[in-house]
Amino acid sequence: MTAEEMYQEFILDLYRNPSNKGALENPQIKARDVNHSCGDIIEIHANVNGSSIKDIKFSGKGCAISQASTELLVESVKNKHLEEIKNITKEQVLEMLGIPISAFRLKCALLGLKVLKLGVYNYLGEKLEDDNLS
Amino acid sequence: MEQIISLLDVKKDFPIFKQKVNGKPLVYLDSAATSQKPIDVLNTLEEYYKEYNSNVFRAIHTLGEKATEKYEEARKKVASFINSSPKEIIFTRNTTESINLVVRTWGKANIKKDDTILLTEMEHHSNLVPWLMLAKEQNAKISYIPITEEGLLDIKKSQELISKKPKILALTHISNVLGTINPIKELIQLAHRNNVAVLVDAAQSVPHMKVDVKDLDADFLAFSGHKMFGPTGIGVLFGKRKLLESIEPLYGGGEMIKEVFYTHATWNDVPHKFEAGTPHIAGAIGLGAAIDYLQKIGMQNIFEHNQKLTEYALNKLKQVKGIKIYGPLDSKLRNGVISFNLADIHPHDLSTVLDEEGIAIRSGHACAMPLHDKLGITASARVSFHVYNTFEDVDKLILALEKARKVFRL
Ligand SMILES: Cc1ncc(COP(=O)(O)O)c(C=O)c1O
Repeated sequence: MTAEEMYQEFILDLYRNPSNKGALENPQIKARDVNHSCGDIIEIHANVNGSSIKDIKFSGKGCAISQASTELLVESVKNKHLEEIKNITKEQVLEMLGIPISAFRLKCALLGLKVLKLGVYNYLGEKLEDDNLS
Repeated sequence: MEQIISLLDVKKDFPIFKQKVNGKPLVYLDSAATSQKPIDVLNTLEEYYKEYNSNVFRAIHTLGEKATEKYEEARKKVASFINSSPKEIIFTRNTTESINLVVRTWGKANIKKDDTILLTEMEHHSNLVPWLMLAKEQNAKISYIPITEEGLLDIKKSQELISKKPKILALTHISNVLGTINPIKELIQLAHRNNVAVLVDAAQSVPHMKVDVKDLDADFLAFSGHKMFGPTGIGVLFGKRKLLESIEPLYGGGEMIKEVFYTHATWNDVPHKFEAGTPHIAGAIGLGAAIDYLQKIGMQNIFEHNQKLTEYALNKLKQVKGIKIYGPLDSKLRNGVISFNLADIHPHDLSTVLDEEGIAIRSGHACAMPLHDKLGITASARVSFHVYNTFEDVDKLILALEKARKVFRL
């Protein structure tokens, strides 16, 4: 894998011009986490309609991979049922990204998913186990 | 191009540079995180395990005697390296453990409710978090000497804060982010005039320059073997003998005692009362070999080499479009470390691009999150040098940064 293969035009575009960045006032779902080793931060806000996602925004700072994958993920879960979100796998996120990710950068690519699941589990009053993250 | 002649062959002493990384010769610019190891150190470790491996102090047999002798010889080497006495040298795991040892013993005994602990805004987490923990436990306060725009300690503010008589001033000698060399001798004098004890985090200075604890008059000084060509897992705490004798040990167990009864025990002399259990014997002996190697090259040569590299790199880096360099731009005020950001490329992404060129740098918050907050960033890229680095390494770095700009369509 070369750097050019990893940092394709569309990844850079998602990184630089995300359409889902922002915050919601008093969101029903709110979660945040950081990658300690690199300082990537992601916070996700969402409101729920029935048991589906109505509005969703994310904020944060970090590498192109963490920000682009969160942008893609957030876009993909609009109107999605919360139970469906609980079942999103890391493979699905990597498939959306569609670029080769080294083992070392997996944490970056999956930070958004971790935060989203954290928020959804919390909202449902359930506990997010490590197993639910894979 | 000027190169320091006496150091030209140094790379050959470090076996790691024989390999290629991603098909490219390794350009290692992360020595502030940990240094590479010269063959002398590796041979010394192997020799211990192969030829006289045994425990220290407790064995009255040939191997045990040799191990003990070598272990104590290493302590003497460390002592004379920083101009102290062997009784003032405690072997620990690393700088972090050395600082925690002071916090848990001297700190716990001397810092009480409403006392102040004085730190600086440029501390590594290892000289910050242990104090936060102690302050919480004791209901003590923490103040910070601020840094200026340029990344230097604000001297006027230091004077003001020291004159308020905190219990201790704990500060880094060289910042692992800004590269700033702090005027610790002057600060220690000032502190002592106000009856303030001083702990120096020398993790980045002892590997790069002559540090003389007597001349500095430091009360405590901490550093790590692995950043100065020694093995991981061995560190040093220097403490003035009187201070060490006045405080209680932290860990109890073998070797730190004089006599033990079912009801009580008495402590061994310093430094042994702080070294409970089997120590990192190989590590200490390896650190001794590392010090021999450093001294063979000469600390002044090492300092000047890194100074020249820093100056050369600063001048080249300044010309890279979109770069933001942190810390003083005058290379005389810093040594061996340069942190920066390049346009909107996250340091992590930069590392990935550079790694492809065989170049190893640090990216992230470099264990100084509050300092990064202060600088208004969440992460930075950092290059750091040691004797095996060359001007050519810096040239390769600059080319790779230009490549990163291309990859990021800048
Ligand atoms: C200034 C400074 N202090 C403390 C440390 C901690 O060293 P260690 O991780 O070896 O305990 C480091 C290095 O990581 C450092 O650069």
